[in-house]
Amino acid sequence: MNFAFYLISGLAVAGALAAVLLKNTVHCALALTVAFAGIAMLFLQLGAQFAGFAQILVYIGAVAILVVFAILLTRGSETPRDGVYSKFPLTGLAIAAAVFAVLGWAVLNSASALPGAETTSAAPTVTVMDIGNALMSRYVLPLEIVALLLTAALIGAVIVAMHEKEEAN
Amino acid sequence: MNPLTGYLLVAALLFAIGLAGALTRRNAILVLIGIELMLNAANLNLIAFWRYGPHPEALTGMMFAIFSIAVAAAEAAVGLGLVISIHRHAHTTDLDAMNRMKG
Repeated sequence: MNFAFYLISGLAVAGALAAVLLKNTVHCALALTVAFAGIAMLFLQLGAQFAGFAQILVYIGAVAILVVFAILLTRGSETPRDGVYSKFPLTGLAIAAAVFAVLGWAVLNSASALPGAETTSAAPTVTVMDIGNALMSRYVLPLEIVALLLTAALIGAVIVAMHEKEEAN
Repeated sequence: MNPLTGYLLVAALLFAIGLAGALTRRNAILVLIGIELMLNAANLNLIAFWRYGPHPEALTGMMFAIFSIAVAAAEAAVGLGLVISIHRHAHTTDLDAMNRMKG
């Protein structure tokens, strides 16, 4: 546990809190970008370069932009009259707090059984070439399925969001 | 403190924040943001276990996280497309106002 870990995780948690709590939806999207960047830095801190850069490309580069587009297309930046929270916010907060309590209790109770207490050595050296080899040999079927899924999601998202003027007439 | 415990606690905190956002916000886009945060917390767990697990060279956790990122991207695209479609139909993204199955 070094200083960089506390700094980066503080940044990620602060970004996540701001993304959930802020009133203006555009500010929420920007805070979400900060949270994604913090999580990408945590990945890099863990020695997972490829996952970290994939996180930056996919989340900061694509998902955050997509969220901003959706907010602007739905005029979601206007604060609604009856508040930004749903009818029963305390119930939701209580459920989230209970989930965090259970998860934290489980993690802290199993701390001695977790791996990693003795392996504080250098991060495993995994190059992008290793990942490419694994994707093309052992994980080639999941890769193809993900390719199919992404194609289907792309076409599906366009069809769902497309105008349906000719049907209305 | 065990380094893995620290990462797991941060991931649990991010998951709880995302869950609170998904459960308490009124705007459908904000609910999707909360779901994205929860998916990211799960990815952080996968990467942390890959890093501190016994066989990091087997790349299992890393591959799981990469595929999870790809599936989350597909989920975000379809979810936001649905929100835009509902907004065109009902002229609102307020989840409390969407109380009819019929269009």
